[in-house]
Amino acid sequence: MRLLRNMLDWVAPWFEPGGKLEKLYPLFEVTDSFFYTPGNPATGTCHVRDAIDFKRMMMIVVIAVAPCALMACYNTGLQANEAIQQMGVGSEAAGWQGVVLDKLGIGYDPANLFACFVHGALYFLPVYIVCMIVGGCWEVLFALVRGHEVNEGFFVTGILFPLTLPPTIPLWQVAAGITFGVVVGKEVFGGTGRNFLNPALTARAFLFFAYPTAISGSQVWTAVDGFSGATPLGALAEDGMKAVTPLVTWSEAFLGTVQGSMGETSVVACLVGAVILLVCQVASWRVMLSMLLGFLGSATLFWMIGSQSNPAFEMPPHWHLVVGGFAFGLVFMATDPVSASMTHIGQYIYGGLIGVLVILVRLINTGYPEGVMLAILFGNVFAPLIDYYVVRANIRRRSLRHA
Amino acid sequence: MVEHYVSLLIQSIFVENLALAFFLGMCTFLAVSKRVETATGLGIAVIVVQTITVPVNNLLYTYILKEGALSWAGWPDSDLSFLGLVSYIGVIAAMVQILEMTLDKYFPKLYNALGIFLPLITVNCAILAGSLFMVERDYNFTESTVFGLGSGIGWALAIMALAAVREKMKYSNCPAGLRGLGITFISVGLIALAFMCFSGIQL
Repeated sequence: MRLLRNMLDWVAPWFEPGGKLEKLYPLFEVTDSFFYTPGNPATGTCHVRDAIDFKRMMMIVVIAVAPCALMACYNTGLQANEAIQQMGVGSEAAGWQGVVLDKLGIGYDPANLFACFVHGALYFLPVYIVCMIVGGCWEVLFALVRGHEVNEGFFVTGILFPLTLPPTIPLWQVAAGITFGVVVGKEVFGGTGRNFLNPALTARAFLFFAYPTAISGSQVWTAVDGFSGATPLGALAEDGMKAVTPLVTWSEAFLGTVQGSMGETSVVACLVGAVILLVCQVASWRVMLSMLLGFLGSATLFWMIGSQSNPAFEMPPHWHLVVGGFAFGLVFMATDPVSASMTHIGQYIYGGLIGVLVILVRLINTGYPEGVMLAILFGNVFAPLIDYYVVRANIRRRSLRHA
Repeated sequence: MVEHYVSLLIQSIFVENLALAFFLGMCTFLAVSKRVETATGLGIAVIVVQTITVPVNNLLYTYILKEGALSWAGWPDSDLSFLGLVSYIGVIAAMVQILEMTLDKYFPKLYNALGIFLPLITVNCAILAGSLFMVERDYNFTESTVFGLGSGIGWALAIMALAAVREKMKYSNCPAGLRGLGITFISVGLIALAFMCFSGIQL
């Protein structure tokens, strides 16, 4: 470690003001502060001393997402291996990943944890790497041109976005999506903390509307050629609960061994993440609680009302909780401190609004079987307005008190 | 029957939002969305004017302009629908004037709050679009009242959301070339993206 410090100190003068590589300072800064805590003392008279800073906060989120990412690798492989076994085809159906697996001699046994994990990782990792490289290039480019620091917020976007994609997504679409998310969703506003929409969701929504065939339907969720299988919510929209129950059991949906976007199927992994985020106080429990209550309340309401014409109304609330991306959106997307409401009362309203909307889009909008992503974006749009009125009400209340 | 009107109301507020699904009334939408307070005032004014003018134009269309509408006066072959555009604008301008005078006389507080926005609305294309959609979709009187109310609320919601976002963006650090209208256009696009969660809903 001493060696690294010495090397960094040795190159530092080149990057500091007046040095030859002055323009590349953000690059040096990001490397330096990635390895070491900066030693700069505070210069002003006003100083808050706290162990938590932006970097640490973002890294806690990345750690909290890790269970979801591991589960994404395992489940993607499991789904693919099960499909291969079921269809009775050989490794040719698995594309280049099949060639790699054959070379390694790992095989396609769905009961083998390791085989599933490696197979899934061969799908997840390329998507993740493309995301980090393309998104990272934009991030660094903006930092260099605009002279701000490279921000760790990008690591969060870079891990959340791949987890919301299906395994079969073409890599160029991943690149296009993350470009849109990072540049239009965040950097044009001046970088992390200054945007008003969640960049990962902006990227996902962009892909969803630009290339709908690659990201919805029944062909894309399993990484095997020619396999067709709907997600639980897709089946629900088609034919009601009688189509869902033969497909998956409740506990399967809870564990996450079902079809879906790579990282969002497992409620267990999301729960682990939620505990980490709540214990470290990174995410707002108010948003989580109110979103959950709004969601369960409206799900129960629609379930009790029922409908003759719309089979989706048959799904009971405890099923709604485990299918689709609700848990993932609840824990990682809606709680994004930048795009959520800031005031406490506002957070209750914001969460409740999203919770109700998720069910509305799921059940009533026949075009999209899953509504979490768009509901959260909608919540993001209204978060500043909610905050504004909460603050105004507060000012009025206090001025009345002191009048 | 009530169900039909409720779904029409929701449809006109969210699914067919005048500002974010049809991009109507953009000039005022972009120009008067710098502060939430003024945006709210304008939004309320739009709701009021829209709720009055759409049904009034509906009456005008059904009993005077529509093909064969003048049969009550003894001209069953008349077809004055080519006068539609001119008459709707006239009605809107007249309504706004009357509304302004009434407010000035009886509700001076509200009149002061709305200020310049009332006359400004006369030339807002979202208002005219409300009447034109009413004709195109063949709404009856009650439907056009509900549609007028809903589309007004939808437009008001959109401009209030945009204004709040723009107030928050005071703390943003946009590239110099994008400051002002540029970043506002991008924001409106992103807001419209979020509103697409309602697109395609058939109630």
